[in-house]
Amino acid sequence: MIEKQVNQKAWFMVLPVFLLVAFSAIIPLMTVVNYSVQDTFGNNQFFWVGLDWFKEIIHSDRFHDSFMRQLLFSGIILAIEIPLGICIALAMPKKGWGVPVCLVTMALPLLIPWNVVGTIWQIFGRVDIGLLGHTLASLGIDYNYTQDPLAAWITVVVMDVWHWTSLVVLLCYAGLCSIPDAYYQAAKIDGASRWSVFRYIQLPKMQRVLLIAVLLRFMDSFMIYTEPFVITGGGPGNSTTFLSIDLVKMAIGQFDLGPAAAMSLIYFLVILLLSWVFYTVMSNIGEESKGGA
Amino acid sequence: MAHITLKEIAHSYTGESDNPDDFALKRLDLTWRDGGAYALLGPSGCGKTTLLNIISGLLKPTRGQILFNDQDVTALATEQRNIAQIFQFPVIYDTMTVFENLAFPLKNRGRSKKEIKPRVIELARMLGLEDSLYTKAQHLTADAKQKISLGRGLIRQSVNAILFDEPLTVIDPQLKWELRSQLKHLHKQFGFTMIYVTHDQTEALTFADEVVVMYEGKIVQVGTPKDLFERPEHTFVGYFIGSPGMNLLSCSLEGDKARVNGHQIPLGTSYAAPGSDNVKLGIRPEHLSIAPPDQEGFPVKILKVDDIGRHKIVRVALGESEMNVIMPEISAMTADSGSLIIDPDHINIYVDEHRVTGEVL
Repeated sequence: MIEKQVNQKAWFMVLPVFLLVAFSAIIPLMTVVNYSVQDTFGNNQFFWVGLDWFKEIIHSDRFHDSFMRQLLFSGIILAIEIPLGICIALAMPKKGWGVPVCLVTMALPLLIPWNVVGTIWQIFGRVDIGLLGHTLASLGIDYNYTQDPLAAWITVVVMDVWHWTSLVVLLCYAGLCSIPDAYYQAAKIDGASRWSVFRYIQLPKMQRVLLIAVLLRFMDSFMIYTEPFVITGGGPGNSTTFLSIDLVKMAIGQFDLGPAAAMSLIYFLVILLLSWVFYTVMSNIGEESKGGA
Repeated sequence: MAHITLKEIAHSYTGESDNPDDFALKRLDLTWRDGGAYALLGPSGCGKTTLLNIISGLLKPTRGQILFNDQDVTALATEQRNIAQIFQFPVIYDTMTVFENLAFPLKNRGRSKKEIKPRVIELARMLGLEDSLYTKAQHLTADAKQKISLGRGLIRQSVNAILFDEPLTVIDPQLKWELRSQLKHLHKQFGFTMIYVTHDQTEALTFADEVVVMYEGKIVQVGTPKDLFERPEHTFVGYFIGSPGMNLLSCSLEGDKARVNGHQIPLGTSYAAPGSDNVKLGIRPEHLSIAPPDQEGFPVKILKVDDIGRHKIVRVALGESEMNVIMPEISAMTADSGSLIIDPDHINIYVDEHRVTGEVL
């Protein structure tokens, strides 16, 4: 046997990446961890407070409220965007001139910066000058997102659906395009209905891309900040104050760095945990009876 | 069950056109007997799969009609034609168990559970799938998956025809043999009309009662394996069937003799003067033999001898024309020249690639 050569110098090769990650992620994160266990009255004087901030956040009604709003928002977003995205992807043409037209149209909303999307909808929905708001008002519908929480929610949700459904569509479309023709032909031979084709061919084959779509849309919607901030600023009242808006209010508005740091860590862990749950559950669908039913 | 008639079928993937080159299938007329076992043989890209898809209704032909028992089905959808088709690569429903996969075609046609279950179990036993009936199809090997695809094709007993599109490509050789004989057995038992597409001549010749040879979108010959071997109607059939294929030598005709590189070969039959310069003499390597140089025959140079076990393939040159000769294992091949003996009964003459017949003297 020839001894396998071991060369520890290889570690130096990863050093640049390690440094980059350290500067971009680990050090800022440690700063947050630092703030979350200390209190300060300025002058760079810090006092050790242990887990007090965490306890305070976890028990605060304000956090509970924004957390529930956030969950509701992400839930609504997933419940609308995923099925809608699948439907649109199924309806898109598979060949011909329609394909590039559809793809470009679908990709357009994704190319617009977040704050521009917010501004578009902020103006679009205004009762005085916005096309949507003014039209609704002249139809006699009482719609005013600056005063009515329901109208504010509907505006934010519709905006997010407008902005991000395309992502789900494009992912699903890619999944659909990768299904070989033979599957559809076999389904015809087997006399399968349109629903069976969807249920037994298209949906299982889209499982992987759907997992990615759900994860991306969940994480993004759970972290949403710019668009509702531009449209409603978290109002009316606190009705559209989602977690990140609340966090910024606390950290920059009130300069409560300690609680804000504790809250960001909790926020981070929640996203991590929920993403893991989604991932585990969705990758286990269809695998559950590996050894027989 | 039905006999299937193709009437002036032609298909172009780009739609109706005046340019014959656009057509993947060029005007076919053919009848498939009820209960026949057919092989559709031809090289890749000759239109076999296109023809199969037209019969099953997955493709609508650009021109022509398809009749099942004299009823025009050209406009009928696949589902209404009651055809089973098995594809080259396994198609299985990932989320279903093997049982559900096999039962799917029956379930879609509204059969009762009572009727489905014994049928599925019987078929699974025949295909050797009974041990994995309740596992998810997704986790099986490619072999087993293709068996499921085959099973879904065979599960319905009242189909008009079963079409196989190179179904054994992904199956390993040992099992291939087994499955092929099982298919033959099923054919005898139930009398389905079977059309089996392949580019493998052994597969075609062992499976079918009748072989349809296709070449560049046309049917060049329909016949029994014996016909294809002895009287290929087209030079393509000659060299495609047989291993090695038929020797084809450019020649000129002089009544009952053919002139090849200055040698006169007696033909046993007399041919009329051909209307073309493209004349070839075809003779199978099995119908040639080589004698020692001092015996009577055509003097040839021996270029190469390949020993392939059961026999030897000898490559010889008669003037500038090279050909293959199949010799029995025992014959000694030491000299570098010999006398070629040609059996005149097995010579075929081709004018413009098509076989012509002569008058027996």
